[in-house]
Formats: sequence, C-alpha cells, structure tokens
Amino acid sequence: VSASVLDPVLALAIVGLAWAALASHDLFRGVVLYIVFGLTMALAWARLRAPDIALAEAAVGAGLTGALLLDAVARLGRNAPGSGPHRTERIARVIAPLAVASLGILLVLAVLELPRDPGGLTALIEANLERSGVANPVTGVLLAFRAFDTWLEVAVLLVAALAALSVRRADDLRDLPVPRVTDPMLAALPRVLVPLMVLAAGYLFWLGTRSPGGAFQAGAVLASAGVLLLLAGRAGVDRLPPRALRLALTAGVIAFLAAALAPFAGGRRVLELDPASAGTVIVLVESAITLSIAVTLALLFAGARGAEDSRG
Amino acid sequence: MMDPFLLYSLTGVGLLVVGLHGLIARPHLLRKLIALNVMGGGAFMLLVAVAYRNAGEAPDAVPHAMVLTGIVVAVSATAFALSLIRRLHAATGRVTLDDDGDEDDEPARAVGRSEAGDRPAGDASR
Repeated sequence: VSASVLDPVLALAIVGLAWAALASHDLFRGVVLYIVFGLTMALAWARLRAPDIALAEAAVGAGLTGALLLDAVARLGRNAPGSGPHRTERIARVIAPLAVASLGILLVLAVLELPRDPGGLTALIEANLERSGVANPVTGVLLAFRAFDTWLEVAVLLVAALAALSVRRADDLRDLPVPRVTDPMLAALPRVLVPLMVLAAGYLFWLGTRSPGGAFQAGAVLASAGVLLLLAGRAGVDRLPPRALRLALTAGVIAFLAAALAPFAGGRRVLELDPASAGTVIVLVESAITLSIAVTLALLFAGARGAEDSRG
Repeated sequence: MMDPFLLYSLTGVGLLVVGLHGLIARPHLLRKLIALNVMGGGAFMLLVAVAYRNAGEAPDAVPHAMVLTGIVVAVSATAFALSLIRRLHAATGRVTLDDDGDEDDEPARAVGRSEAGDRPAGDASR
C-alpha cells in the first residue's frame, strides 16, 4: 500500500474516532475510543515528520490522559446521565449546528488562505543551532531560543499541581487512601514494568540533546511509572515527605531561574547562555524539568483520585 | 492525491468542529472534557501541518516545540478539571452543569456524602 493511501485513511480514522468517542452512549467505551484516537494522532505526528510530538503524544495523550479518564469513569459510573429532555440539550440542538457550521467554514477559508512561507523559522534555527548548545532543533527551541516560554510553561504545571492540592485542601498527599490490590497481576506488574519505564525515560532524556526525545517525553514516561505504582498500591509520589514533594515540584522553575540569572555574572542578559557552557546548563535544567514534570503529573493523577476524599 | 498539508489541516479543522459540537451538545462533564481535548488536538494538528507545509523535509521546529509544551499543559489542565468534576460529584452527586433539577442523579447519595458547610449556595437554598 503506498503512502498516498495511508494519509487519507489516517485522517478519516482520526476524525471518525473523535466523533465516536464523543457520541458513544457508554462513557467507558467513549474513553477507550479516545485512547485509540490518541494513538492514531501519534501516527499522524510521525507522518508529519514531528517525532518529538509523536513520542509525547504516545506517552501523554494516549497513556496518562487515558489513565486519568478511565479512573474517573470507574468512580463516576459509565452511564451518561438522564436521556430525558435536558435543558442544555434542548438549547444545544439549536446552537450547536450553527456554531459548528460557522467555525468550520471560517477555519476552512483560513486554511485555504494561509500564505506559503517557505522555511518558516527553519533557516534561522539552523543557522544558530550550534550556539544553542544542543543538536536537536526542538530541544534548541525549547531550552535556548524560546526558553522563556518553556520556563513559564513549567510554572503553569506548578500552578496546576497547587490547584489540584487546593481542591483536596491538603498540602501533601500522605492521607491518600491506599487502594487494596487483590489482583496478583496488578501487584506484580510494577516489579517488571517500572524498571523498564525508568530505563526508557533515561534513554529518552539522554537522546534529547541530539535526536527526538528530551525532558518532556522522559518526564511523561516517569510519571506513567508513578501512576502505575499508585494503582498497584505501592509507595509512590503520595508517600513522599512534604519537603521532598515541594522540592521536586518546584525544581524545574528554580533551575530555570538559576539559568536565567547566572548570565548576569558574565555581563550577559537574562537567559543568554554562554555558548561554551550552554550544553551543560541545558542538560542540568532539563534534568530538573524532567523531575518536576514526572512528579507533577503523578501528583495530578493522585490529586484527581483523592478529590472525593477531601478533608472538609 | 491531496497535498498532505491540506489533508492534515482539514483534519485539524474537522477535530475542532467535532470537539466544539461535543462541548456544546453533550451534557456529561467528562464528555465535555474529552471534547476540549479533541479541540486541543485539532489546534495542534493545524500548527504541525503549517510547520510541515513551510519546510517539507525539515519541518519548522518552533511550532513543534509549542505543541510539545501544549500537550503537557493540556494533560495537567485535564487532570485539574477531573479533580473538580470528581469533587462536584462527591459533593452534589451530579456530573453535569444543569441546575434546573430535571434529572435524578442519585440525590440520596448527594445528601449522604456532602458536608453541611460544603454545599454550593444555590444548592442550599432549594
């Protein structure tokens, strides 16, 4: 089968899966379809020559989001509420087609009108990649050229973790109920999988400076290992002492702050790394970001699980 | 055959449209959350398609970096939204935003589970 058939099939599958996930009457079925949708998206990213995104999508879009949604369905029940005459549903029957049709038409027109801009910023990145200290252009953009964006993005993660803790009205997770695991498979699974996941995360991290991979993918894989530990009732992120938890959550933001201020000593501007040592600084900042992403995402999973059991 | 850029941009538009429809039409909050994630996927796909169109063999790394951070932000926002939804369910027994009370989502459980001072003001007055 030639590649020219693959793309249209993928495109149809993606939109069809998204529709089916939202239309299905059984929530559990909907979530499973959404996970398949995430995996299909990862294939599309690979087709669009975006391997960094494909890796992140496979770990996050299909893995972590799927685990979060499945856990919520187990708690909330899999049946959609009342098939009777919902008020929102009555309004939606009028508004939805109008909103959807106008958004669709506007976006299709916008896509057809997009100017062709050969190269975009590719040439600029290629010309300066050597000064960034890394060889993977995506890592270069994340940690050097647009480091300020990434810094704030790590701060957004921190805010999400704090917000989830506020919903529980707790400053740590040590009172989280530990699930009683009776399934011997689930109890044994972490022993096999967690070391492999840690190994995979380390490999992704190590690759990141010169080929697809890096802090985001490694952090997501480590977070999945943390989620697996939580599900199997093993000591996970919930058993960390508060001080260690706080340190891990803020490590990324603090490392970025240090990297932002250090250049002042050499008479440089904020975040302007010395090309001679930039590679080392980036690896150090990335390690801190990996730790923060892993602990934040695992804590968000634990926080969502514990949301019902908040101390009033 | 259709240019991959056009094909995947239209896929992105399709996801935004399907997601928006789900967001408006489906009452269950969990499904609204999936709809938001589908819309996010559509926006990411438009960005990556543009990166592909502009450079072909060596796509633009800037949109890639933006989408990469976007995926991680999306999952953290999803997790936070889920803790709000689960808290709402624990406190009121509801999984929708309807407040006209035409549904019977386990009202007995709502009274049993919620702490007195914890009820939303609108709930207590009824």
